[in-house]
Amino acid sequence: MKAGNLIHDPYNAIITGVGGQGNVMASRILGNIMSRKGYYVTIGETFGVSQRGGSVMSHLRISKRSVWSPQIPRGQAHIVVALEPTEAIRVIAAYGNSTVRVISNTRPIHPVGVIAGELKYPSLEEIRIALEELAADISFLDATDEALKLGQPILGNVIMMGAVAGTGVLPFDAEDFRNVITETMSKDKVEVNMKAFKKGEEIIRHAPAR
Amino acid sequence: MSYLFDTNEGARYLMMGNDAIVRGALEANVNVASAYPGTPSSEIIENLSKASLKRNIYVEWSVNEKVALEVAFAASIAGLRSICAMKQNGVNVASDFLLHVALSGTRGGIVLLHCDDPGALSSINEGESRHFARMIELPLLEPGDFQEALEMTKWAFDLSEELRSIIIMRSVTRLSHASGNVTLGRLGEPEGKALFKFETIPGDPDSGPVITMPVPPHHTILQNKLKKAVAIFEKSPFNTYTGPEKPELLIITCSACNLYSREAVHLLGAGNRVGILKIGTTWPLPPKLITRNLARTDKVLFVEEVLPFLEENVKVIAAETAAEVGIKKFYGKNDGTMLTINEMNPDIVVDAIKKILSIEYTSMDDGYAKRAKEHLAALAPVRDLTFCPGCPHRASFWNLHNALELDNRRGFVCGDIGCYTLGFLPCGFSTMKTSHSMGSGIGIASGFGKLTQFGMDQPILAVCGDSTFFHAAIPALINAIHNKSDVIFVLLDNSGTAMTGFQPHPGTPLDAMGKDLPIIDPADVCRSLGASVEYTDPFNTEETQKKLLALMEEKGARVLIMKQMCALSPEKKGKKMFEVRVDQDICRGDACGCSRLCTRIFRCPGLVWDHERQAAVIDEVICAGCGVCAGICPSGAIKKTEAAR
Repeated sequence: MKAGNLIHDPYNAIITGVGGQGNVMASRILGNIMSRKGYYVTIGETFGVSQRGGSVMSHLRISKRSVWSPQIPRGQAHIVVALEPTEAIRVIAAYGNSTVRVISNTRPIHPVGVIAGELKYPSLEEIRIALEELAADISFLDATDEALKLGQPILGNVIMMGAVAGTGVLPFDAEDFRNVITETMSKDKVEVNMKAFKKGEEIIRHAPAR
Repeated sequence: MSYLFDTNEGARYLMMGNDAIVRGALEANVNVASAYPGTPSSEIIENLSKASLKRNIYVEWSVNEKVALEVAFAASIAGLRSICAMKQNGVNVASDFLLHVALSGTRGGIVLLHCDDPGALSSINEGESRHFARMIELPLLEPGDFQEALEMTKWAFDLSEELRSIIIMRSVTRLSHASGNVTLGRLGEPEGKALFKFETIPGDPDSGPVITMPVPPHHTILQNKLKKAVAIFEKSPFNTYTGPEKPELLIITCSACNLYSREAVHLLGAGNRVGILKIGTTWPLPPKLITRNLARTDKVLFVEEVLPFLEENVKVIAAETAAEVGIKKFYGKNDGTMLTINEMNPDIVVDAIKKILSIEYTSMDDGYAKRAKEHLAALAPVRDLTFCPGCPHRASFWNLHNALELDNRRGFVCGDIGCYTLGFLPCGFSTMKTSHSMGSGIGIASGFGKLTQFGMDQPILAVCGDSTFFHAAIPALINAIHNKSDVIFVLLDNSGTAMTGFQPHPGTPLDAMGKDLPIIDPADVCRSLGASVEYTDPFNTEETQKKLLALMEEKGARVLIMKQMCALSPEKKGKKMFEVRVDQDICRGDACGCSRLCTRIFRCPGLVWDHERQAAVIDEVICAGCGVCAGICPSGAIKKTEAAR
């Protein structure tokens, strides 16, 4: 397949969240989708001890030209997909710029410091105001709540991927997603994943533009 | 089609660095693969095991790295090809044997693949294993991208056979656990017949006994192999130069830093001013190639992780050829341009180049950076590492902490490497007070236990996991028992090598290829050594704490096995034992007087504080249903009921 031009080359996407949210899985599926479409894909991810309650971040570089560094340089993200809202701020502080686009889940996962009462967790409104200042475009999705309606909170990551597809910043759709997951997932899981993906696409299309 | 079996030469896959290494080993027709799990190396053997049946490969999770290397070596001297994988500290464990392997030589191709972890992203050290290559006098290869990870692995077997030497290959986290596009090479039919020949004289490389004595002639043979390696490396396609014929600045780099250097030069638009010499054969360095490239310019920047290995070795060549290539200005670790700690990234390389060449570049607008930093400080609370919800270690350390507090003699816990290392953090109630190499908790405790003659009267406990027990704790436990050291050894048995992805170990019933194996029961081992052994379920906090307190009253070597499966184990994951809820009529929040014991001290991610209602509440998305917190609330507000199965 001939890969078309991208809006930026390399296109730099960061998927961020907390260990256990399916961040690594989402980055690999998106990477495989783009790789099959003929693009060079480079993914850098942090896992290992970071799974244990820590922030987890995957860097995706999508390019027509070559592989790139598995770490995106400072200030160079084009889109940040946050499975947890405060993680969007953490990523923006290092990789943001005034043209970055942010798609964020609304559901908080409290760090242990917050649970213990030592740290404060901000309100969604505070996060929204900060992100509106730092990003060109910001969309919030109740991805975990929607995933709970589908019976599995982990599907929040797939809903977020559907949302990315819905924005049109990268050339992929639900069928591309299906093609990749049918090879990696057991049959009985494919349909619920497709539902989640399409839910994400639908939500982002109806989200109020800023 | 999986990349493991795809015979379509030229097919392109998105592969993790570790997968590329696996494919390289398969294309080289590897026969035997062994390892002890360790992030970021574990996927190598895991994925080779998936190919074991179809490709007739013997794959083993060995008891530790030294034994893993011995297993791989046996295959080599029986004429087969083998690979042995480990993380950086594994090389330390294997190094004694490695020293002798260098001297004795090898037969079938054998590769020691170690994955270093600059920045300690998943380690409790930042050890640099490359120095073993120089110290032990062995060839060292470092792939500079994902494609090279495949091709270099494949070539390493040929090189090993040509030199009759084990080859060390070093990956790093940002290659092993990163992914990129890789084009497959040819996958032939599996082959290999094992026969160990020993009939001729010692020192005969093909058919003599494999020993290292007499040492001086063997050492000469080894050093001649390195000379041969240098000649091969002078022509190696893994050493590449890209850039202008006469650059203003020459970057000399290797491994993932190759990708960072390329990115940095691209970002700065400095491709016409900077050249990149990427070295794939980092020991022994090919001096002619280095000299040729040093002659290009007067300014040289070294980009590598962690210690100045390449830098110092190149400088020796530069000193020896100064008359020929001229005096250079070197930038790197030794002059402070780069740090000798932590991992590298493109930004560090950008900063170095722009300073050296006076290039204007701003990665982030100052105003934007300032606002982003302010929002980060105000709105993104730090995420400390913690045990997973439902983790048996949280319960185990809760029990240890409470028992030590009740005992009140300043008792403490020595630990080592595993998820339970986090026992030194608040999530483990800061119970663990020492943490070093595998099995060192019981070794250190054995030493503490002999300090009574100097007035030490604190209770001494050691913890270790079930996989670590087999890896390195047994000799230390024998030491403690034999020397009558007063210690309590607590085995945190969560039924597998949990931290690295549930690889089997000698206490579990299946091997790497899924075949049945006899279980070695740690309790039997401990009893056979003369220790008293008791079992407890750490989720039963009352009984566990009672047992711990009773053991602290006794003398001699005592073993307590805290047995509860890891919450993420395939058998348990996603299955709740209990439905847990906080009875909002009973929880009075701050008015209770408990001072939020449940959230302030117990700190499970699944039990959170509801600021609106000022009361504790279960986060049902996160709670794993272990039910341990039900025993924490002094008012009994946390209720558990058995979950429907």
